[in-house]
Amino acid sequence: MKVIRQRKMKNFFFYFALISSSLVVILPLLLVFIFLLQKGGASLSLDFFLNNPKPVGETGGGMRHAILGSFYMVGLGSFVAVPLGLLCGIYLSEFGKGKIANSLRFTIDLLTGVPSIVVGIFSYLIFVVTMKSFSAMAGAFALSIIILPIITRTTEEILKLIPRHVKEAGLALGLPRWKVILFIVVKGSRSSLMTGIILAISRAAGETAPLLFTAFGSMYLSYSPTEPMASLPVQIYNYAISPYDDWQRQAWAGAFTLIIIVLGLNLFARFFFTRKTIYRAIKNKLFKKNEDRT
Amino acid sequence: MKISYSKQDRYVYTGLRFFSLVVVCLLIAIIFQLFKASKLAFDEFGLSFVLSDFWNPVEDEFGALAFIYGTVITSLLSLLLAGPVSIFVAIFINEFLPKKLASILGVFVELIAAIPSIVFGLWGLYYLAPFVKNYISPFLKKYLGFIPLFQGTSFGIGILTASLILAIMIIPTITSVCREVFRSIPNLRKEAALGLGATKYEMVKLAIINPSFSGIMGALVLGLGRALGETMAVAMVIGNNPVISTSLFSSGATMASVMANEYAEADSELHLSALCYIGLLLFVVTFIVNLFARTIVWNNSRKSRS
Repeated sequence: MKVIRQRKMKNFFFYFALISSSLVVILPLLLVFIFLLQKGGASLSLDFFLNNPKPVGETGGGMRHAILGSFYMVGLGSFVAVPLGLLCGIYLSEFGKGKIANSLRFTIDLLTGVPSIVVGIFSYLIFVVTMKSFSAMAGAFALSIIILPIITRTTEEILKLIPRHVKEAGLALGLPRWKVILFIVVKGSRSSLMTGIILAISRAAGETAPLLFTAFGSMYLSYSPTEPMASLPVQIYNYAISPYDDWQRQAWAGAFTLIIIVLGLNLFARFFFTRKTIYRAIKNKLFKKNEDRT
Repeated sequence: MKISYSKQDRYVYTGLRFFSLVVVCLLIAIIFQLFKASKLAFDEFGLSFVLSDFWNPVEDEFGALAFIYGTVITSLLSLLLAGPVSIFVAIFINEFLPKKLASILGVFVELIAAIPSIVFGLWGLYYLAPFVKNYISPFLKKYLGFIPLFQGTSFGIGILTASLILAIMIIPTITSVCREVFRSIPNLRKEAALGLGATKYEMVKLAIINPSFSGIMGALVLGLGRALGETMAVAMVIGNNPVISTSLFSSGATMASVMANEYAEADSELHLSALCYIGLLLFVVTFIVNLFARTIVWNNSRKSRS
C-alpha cells in the first residue's frame, strides 16, 4: 500500500508541476499586455500618430515619422525579399537537387540562425561603409535578410505538401513544367504562401537590432532612401533609454502601437488565410532540418 | 516565333538557378566582408582577444572575455530556467489538455515568440528590473546568500534580470520543438505503459521523456542558439558594464549588447574592427550551435520514423 501511495503522490506532484509551469508561461505574456495597455494605451492620442517629434524639452509631438519609416523600410525590404524568397523556395521544392540547390539550402539554414544584430553588421559593411552614411536603404536590406530565409523555408515546405499526382496530372495534360508550377502548385497553395509571407513581414516589422546602425533613426520625416530614417522599434529604444518623462511615455505608446501592428498581422495571417493543418506544417518546419521526402 | 515547351522550361530553370546563385553569392560576399572588417582587430590582438577582459575604447585596448562571459552566463542561466518549464508545458499541451484548450495554450505560447524583443526590453527595464530589485533579490539573498552567486547589492538591472527576460523569450522555441519531438512517439507505446498500470507520471517518464531524450537535448540547444544572439531585450536590462563578477546581481554585458550599444558611436577604426570581430565570433558560435541542434533533432525524428 505504501508503494502505491508513493506513486500516487509522485503523480500528484507531477500534475502540480505541469499546471504551475503553464501558469508561469502565461503570466509574463499577460503582464506585458496589461502594462502595455495601462501605460501605452493611456499615452496614446491622435497627436501621437499625426505629429513628428518636437525639439528636446518641449512636450508633445508624436511618432508619425517613425511609423511611416517602419512601413517604408519593411515595404522596401519585402519588395526585394518576398519575390526572391518565393523563387528560391520554388527552386528548392521543385528542382531541389544538385550543388546549387544544396548550397542554397545551406545558405538559408545559416541565415535563419544568424542573430539579428549580426545581420545589422552585414548590412552596415555592405551599404553604410560604401555609401559612407547611414541610410534607409541599408535598413531595408537588413530587413530583407531577415525576411528572405523565412519565406524560402516556408515556401519550400508548403509546396512540398502538394501531392505528386496533382503535378503529374498537369504534366500529363501536356503543360510545360513552369506552367504546372505557377498555375497548379503555386496557385493552389497561395493562401498558405500568403500566411508565410505575412508572418515573415510581421517578424521583420518588430526587429530593432538590424536597424540600429543601418537606418540609424532620425527625428524628421524623410522619404529619401539614402538618408537615415526613423523606425518604430529604434525610436522606442531611443526614447526608452532617454531621461525625459515625456519621451518615456511616448516609448510606451510606441510599444503599444508596435505590438498592435505585429500581433495584428500575426493573428490575421493565422486565422484568416489558412486552415490550421497547413499552418502547423509551416511552423514546425521552421525549426527542422529539411528532410528529403519521396 | 514560338518557343518550344522544353526550351521555356529550360529558361525558367536557368532563371531560378540564377537567383539561387545570387543569394548564395550574397552570403559569401557578406561573410568575406565580415572577415575583412575584423582583420584589423585580429592582426592587432590575435587570439588573446578572447582571453583578455580589458575593454577600453578610449585607449584602443580591446578584449572580449567580459562579453563572452556575459553571453555564456545569461544564456546558460536562461536555459536552466526555461528548459524544465518548456518541457513541462510541451507535455501538458500534447498529452493532458483536451484539444481545444491545448490549441489555445499553444497559441499563447507562440504569441510570446511574436512579441518584438524591444517590447520585452521596455517591459524588463520598467517593471521586471524594479521587481527583481525589490522582491526577487532580497528573497534570494535571504535564503541563498551564502553562495557567492547571490551576494552583493542589486540595482535591478543586471545579469539576473537579463536571464529572466531571455528565459521568457526562448520558452516558445524549446516548447514547439519539444512538442514536435513528442508527437513523433506512437500512441501505442503510451497505451502500453498505461495498460501495464503505470500512473500518468510514469507513462510520461517511460514512454515520452526517455525515448526522446536526444530530441529534448536538440530543442534545448536550439533555445541556447536563440538566447546567444538575442540583442535588444538584453541590452536594455543588463546594464552594459563589461566586468566579470561572480554575483548574478551585478551588471554585465553580452557580445550582442555591446555591439548594439557601441557600433553606431564607434569612431576609431580599431574599435569598429573589434566590434566586427565580436560579431564574427557570435556568428560562428551561433552557427555551430544551430547546426549541432538541427543534427540532433533531425537524427531523432529520422530514428523514430524508421
